[in-house]
Amino acid sequence: MTLAQRKRLLMKASPWLLLLFLGLFWELVCFAFQIPDYLFPAPTDIWRSWLEYRPQIIEHATQTLFTTVVGFVLAVVFGLVLGMLVGSSPVIYKAVYPLMVGFNSIPKVAFVPVLVVWFGIGTVPAILTAFLISFFPVVVNMATGLATLEPELQDVMRSLGASRIDILKKVALPRSMPYFFASLKVAITLAFVGSVISETVASNVGIGYLMLSASSTMDMGLVFAGLVVIGVMGVVMYELFALVERRMTGWATRGSDPAF
Amino acid sequence: MDLVEFENVSMRYGEDGPLAIENISLSVKENEFVAVVGPSGCGKSTLMKLVTGLAPPSDGYVYLGGKQVAGPQKGVGMAFQASNLLPWRTTLENVLLPLEIVAEYRHKFRREKTQFEELGRALLKRVGLAGCEHKYPWELSGGMQQRASICRALIHRPSLLMLDEPFGALDAFTREELWCMVRDLWQEEPFTVVLVTHDLREAVFLADTVYVMSKGPGRILVRKPVNLPRPRELSVTYTDPFADLVFELRDHIGRIREGS
Repeated sequence: MTLAQRKRLLMKASPWLLLLFLGLFWELVCFAFQIPDYLFPAPTDIWRSWLEYRPQIIEHATQTLFTTVVGFVLAVVFGLVLGMLVGSSPVIYKAVYPLMVGFNSIPKVAFVPVLVVWFGIGTVPAILTAFLISFFPVVVNMATGLATLEPELQDVMRSLGASRIDILKKVALPRSMPYFFASLKVAITLAFVGSVISETVASNVGIGYLMLSASSTMDMGLVFAGLVVIGVMGVVMYELFALVERRMTGWATRGSDPAF
Repeated sequence: MDLVEFENVSMRYGEDGPLAIENISLSVKENEFVAVVGPSGCGKSTLMKLVTGLAPPSDGYVYLGGKQVAGPQKGVGMAFQASNLLPWRTTLENVLLPLEIVAEYRHKFRREKTQFEELGRALLKRVGLAGCEHKYPWELSGGMQQRASICRALIHRPSLLMLDEPFGALDAFTREELWCMVRDLWQEEPFTVVLVTHDLREAVFLADTVYVMSKGPGRILVRKPVNLPRPRELSVTYTDPFADLVFELRDHIGRIREGS
């Protein structure tokens, strides 16, 4: 194996190695200090809970994934449209921004009870919370991408007789795609936060609910199993969008790895 | 016939901002190569904006092709100090961009794409970029990017080519190569050029007429016809008549600088 090959292998294996190391360390700490599993379960305890409750966890996880993805898709569509409006008109930019920042500063968990009054408990408030929490980065990134279009480029286009729609289609939108895809990666992880929050407060399905009921019976193994499942789903979705990003906007990173 | 005509044109930015240019009258004949030189801040870029209709004059009249300029002019080719190539498009796609925008060509673009591509290839070949058609802008050197940028400004056969310090960011050798490239393009199929620069040698080497501008506000101080025979070889820049011209212009600029 050449040096370059070895380096590449190390790059690929590095996240798994880190995970393995942290898991071992965690296990070791729990074992060394004899921490009871109803306070802080070791990875092996979590694994046991997973094996024991697998069907229930999968059922609840599916519900969470569903509400998250639906909320996320709504957020992307809405965020894209609003972002385009905000980014292409200085007036709308001025008008909408303070309102949006204010709205985004409200903790969404405080908003869940309102949603429950309006829509009852369960799926709908979870979708809406995921939506509310995740549309903001899409709007901001889209608006930033459009608003930072180089004036010279606009001049070139306008001197060719391009309309605003032409400029948007040919230059501004393709140019904002890296911003857009970057926001998707943030938005999908936030969407998980939103749906799980809502399920914890007001639902009888979903991972959030599962964790709440498990913690009320002091079944910490199951609570942590739920946490791990959310984390895994988050990473998988993130990687999915990272892959799409690389496919769609490879030109922005010039085909190399996105890092310094 | 005069293609561009300025009649006592003044321009200020904002309601009561300082004058950017004051009382400018000049005319550019069809297929004439005009260079505008002056210290930085003399309103050269304002002049460009006025010709292309990207900004209206505060006073006076600007005519293009016998008609008063009102609103952005269609089909003016522009190239700037930065190449402004679109990073998600290949070199050929970048060069073809105007054909997707300019009213005359845009309806034919889909149907006659292969012919247009041939046109683009031929133009790229003329500037020495054969073989780079499918490279992305970041795979080209600065000089090559600038060549492509000038191709983009010329592909739709504009009545007027505006060059705003197009060689300012290049090293001395590349700059001279590009002078020769522009000279050859113009010599083979003449078109009207307004070149804004602060390189006196560049102005004298390329232009038929050189205008010297003062700054704060920008006024035309001298109109100097360049009577060096064409076609001009690069060696002409080392002859006495050339040096005399450059020296004379330099003298004017020197006086502006002392005066301010």
